[in-house]
Amino acid sequence: MKTKSRPRRRAAAPRILPALFALLLFALAAPLLPGCGGRGDAPGTGDASPGVPAHGDAIVEGSIGDVSGFLTAVTTDSASHGAAAYVFNGLVRYDKDLKLEGDLAESWDISPDGKKITFHLRKNVKWHDGAPFTSEDVLFTYRKMIDPKTPTAYGEDFRQVRRAHAPDPHTFVAEYDRPFAPALASWGMHILPKHLLEGHPDISKSPLNKKPVGTGPYRFAEWKTGEKTVFDAYADYHEGKPYIARVVTRVIPDLATMFLELKSGGLDLMNLTPLQRTRQTETKQFRKSFNKYQYLSSGYTYLGFRLSHPYFKEKKVRQAIAYAVNKKEIIEGVLFGLGQEATGPFKPGTWPYNPDVKRYPHDPAKAKELLAEAGWKPGGRDGVLVKDGRRFEFTLLTNAGNESRAKTAAILQQNLAAVGIKMEIRTLEWAAFINEFVKKRKFDALILGWSITPDPDQYDIWHSSKTGPDELNHVGYANPEVDRLLEEGRRTFDIEGRKKAYSRIQEILAEEQPLVFLYYPDALPAVHKRIRGIVPAPAGISYNFIQWYVPKGEQRYTTFQQ
Amino acid sequence: MLRYVVRRVLVSVPLLIGISLITFGVINMAPGGPIGISSDLNPKATAEYRERLKAYYGLDQPLYVQYGRWLGRMAVLDFGDSFSADGRKVWDKIRERILVTLSINVLSMALIFLVAVPLGIYSAVRKGSVFDRVATVTVFTGFAIPTFWLALLLMILFGVRLGWLPISGLVSLEYDTLPLAGKILDRAAHLVLPVFLMAFGGLAGISRYMRSTMLEVIRQDYIAAARSKGLPERAVVFRHAVRNALLPVITILGLSVPGLLGGSVIFETIFAIPGMGQLFFQGVMSRDYPLIMGILTIGAFLTLLGNILADVGYALADPRIKTERAG
Repeated sequence: MKTKSRPRRRAAAPRILPALFALLLFALAAPLLPGCGGRGDAPGTGDASPGVPAHGDAIVEGSIGDVSGFLTAVTTDSASHGAAAYVFNGLVRYDKDLKLEGDLAESWDISPDGKKITFHLRKNVKWHDGAPFTSEDVLFTYRKMIDPKTPTAYGEDFRQVRRAHAPDPHTFVAEYDRPFAPALASWGMHILPKHLLEGHPDISKSPLNKKPVGTGPYRFAEWKTGEKTVFDAYADYHEGKPYIARVVTRVIPDLATMFLELKSGGLDLMNLTPLQRTRQTETKQFRKSFNKYQYLSSGYTYLGFRLSHPYFKEKKVRQAIAYAVNKKEIIEGVLFGLGQEATGPFKPGTWPYNPDVKRYPHDPAKAKELLAEAGWKPGGRDGVLVKDGRRFEFTLLTNAGNESRAKTAAILQQNLAAVGIKMEIRTLEWAAFINEFVKKRKFDALILGWSITPDPDQYDIWHSSKTGPDELNHVGYANPEVDRLLEEGRRTFDIEGRKKAYSRIQEILAEEQPLVFLYYPDALPAVHKRIRGIVPAPAGISYNFIQWYVPKGEQRYTTFQQ
Repeated sequence: MLRYVVRRVLVSVPLLIGISLITFGVINMAPGGPIGISSDLNPKATAEYRERLKAYYGLDQPLYVQYGRWLGRMAVLDFGDSFSADGRKVWDKIRERILVTLSINVLSMALIFLVAVPLGIYSAVRKGSVFDRVATVTVFTGFAIPTFWLALLLMILFGVRLGWLPISGLVSLEYDTLPLAGKILDRAAHLVLPVFLMAFGGLAGISRYMRSTMLEVIRQDYIAAARSKGLPERAVVFRHAVRNALLPVITILGLSVPGLLGGSVIFETIFAIPGMGQLFFQGVMSRDYPLIMGILTIGAFLTLLGNILADVGYALADPRIKTERAG
């Protein structure tokens, strides 16, 4: 007798990773800027007493994903980019207001025709192994970025360079065929140490991808795969040794577990969910140990239409839907009020953002009126609108496992039902969603999110030439004026000039509603109270990490200190 | 006997190749691919990058070439390089996690058998008693309760409220500074909740199985004979009934072999344990073909091995089967 019954032990858990992929989706579009946050419109709960800055102590933070490698040229996930930011620097970086400033470059000049950028490098910078940093390293990094043997997703910006050279150890010059404004930001790419990577044709397989040596504020100490990464303060950092002596990032894939670890003191920092923020941390005990911060994160969630769809190709229909959607209700219901109504693809409080665009307050009557103008009249028994014998019914797609998108879809369904539009909701596994539906343009409408990069160039999302299967204008938006403005925006270095172009783009998008821009969610970090020096800004809180400190008497982790 | 074993092993080789062929086909049919992880919805990823990456991973070749290459590598036990950004060897990735999963599974399996076997026997002997009913309700509760929910409740109780046990992970952050005894204690403390929960969920299967085979055995003629011979009940139960009822457990043990290395995604995710379950799940989600193939091949190998071991063990323990098959 042989039975096949056996203890049941293997069950699928399709719960965690989709969430991670939802994050990835945000992360993918802005991978070069780990830690860039949002608008500091709401300060933290405030420190009791600032204390005296002192070196020492450790910060333990949680991450839902493990690092996949430390060389950001070859990684694309947010965990890896976040970790690498401790170890490496680029030539430029974004400051607290999301404006470009020098990092390894002290300053730069742009030639009058916009075709040549000359970087003047810092002279006192040393790699963690003591070797001096020079323009040779920059040139080497550039060559690696355009090397076909390097499996990098970020090579395109560097392939625009016509000629790069290093006239002396502290000067680096990049020349372009045409002025290309996003190029400046592309030099935020982490600079690699030539002396350690020479002789490694494929940098992703080099030991440095596992044990990085950089120029950044922290030096690599340990990576236990699937468990944690550890970084120690670099005493010779060119901006001075960071106060916090050690950073430990623990991999905790489950947000509920992470939250319990935070509450029990095992973690010092995590990003709360809106539910945790509003319902589970409003206790005396939590407030005693943690400061909560709130600022706009760099992303927005949208309802997108396939613009070639017979119903949605008409502007009035899209505008009607924008009026029918109750964004306030969505923000209340999905984000517990912790977010802001979106008006366009740029982030409020940053320079490209244009607040004076057409807005669509919740107005079902107006929506019905516009639909009637477009020919959609009440017809069927169930109140669904009809035009030329066809009922206004469509299916909304979104990815499974993303709770806020599922909730948003449910609210949209009700909002649209109220004006006579019947919407079905279908959730799909991420890869199937993207490959079988989005790329093949097999959708009526969808909910997705875009992250907002500090550089306003959104050519890839809106330009009419970017509608191929693997390209990102999946709604199929085409407007000659927007095309021209997008081109102008990326050929202009002058901020005022660029601002004009992008302001106009926002006006057009707001008028045409190729997407209904739904909301910008807030980032909601909680940080242990002993950690001081945190000043929220449009960039978030982590931009001044090296100035965070714990006063001597309050330091908690002391055994490891050098 | 030896001939039987050799034959079984030889038959397993084509079986293993067949399994790998099907696995390879299935994972290639799943929507998306390894390239999508870094290029889907990434404005910086150009068509040229996609092509280059495909060539980099050998995905530009026809499927049969890809499979042939994989098989060729496997023939010399080379699992290949992972498609993730670190490009590490698949075997290295598996190796560093296998011990973690193995130790947790062995511990919880041991606990399950230690508790479930006596529980099943006693329930069968005292069929219908209060003990039997309480045991039934308890083990089914364990089976039915969503483990992630129970895990969170226990974490809140023992980790946050009482502070007796660590919440997640394998070791504490200060593990390296602890003395040896402290290290052992630290590891043990981290294992309490996962092992307990895993065992609690697994009790039902084994204990019910034990109970039903025991009930079956008790009804046999030879038990009636033993009783009518005037043997004390203890001797009847332990010497005659239990021995025979335990035989099928050998099969279960054999079938459990592959499960020992397959971690549970739910447990590992909620307790932040870097084990095989998480590795496999991440591999599947990122379409890391070499990693998926590697883990599944090991799983298939162990399943076949477990089946052979179970049959051999069964044959050794039960002489009737041995003569039947050896002939």
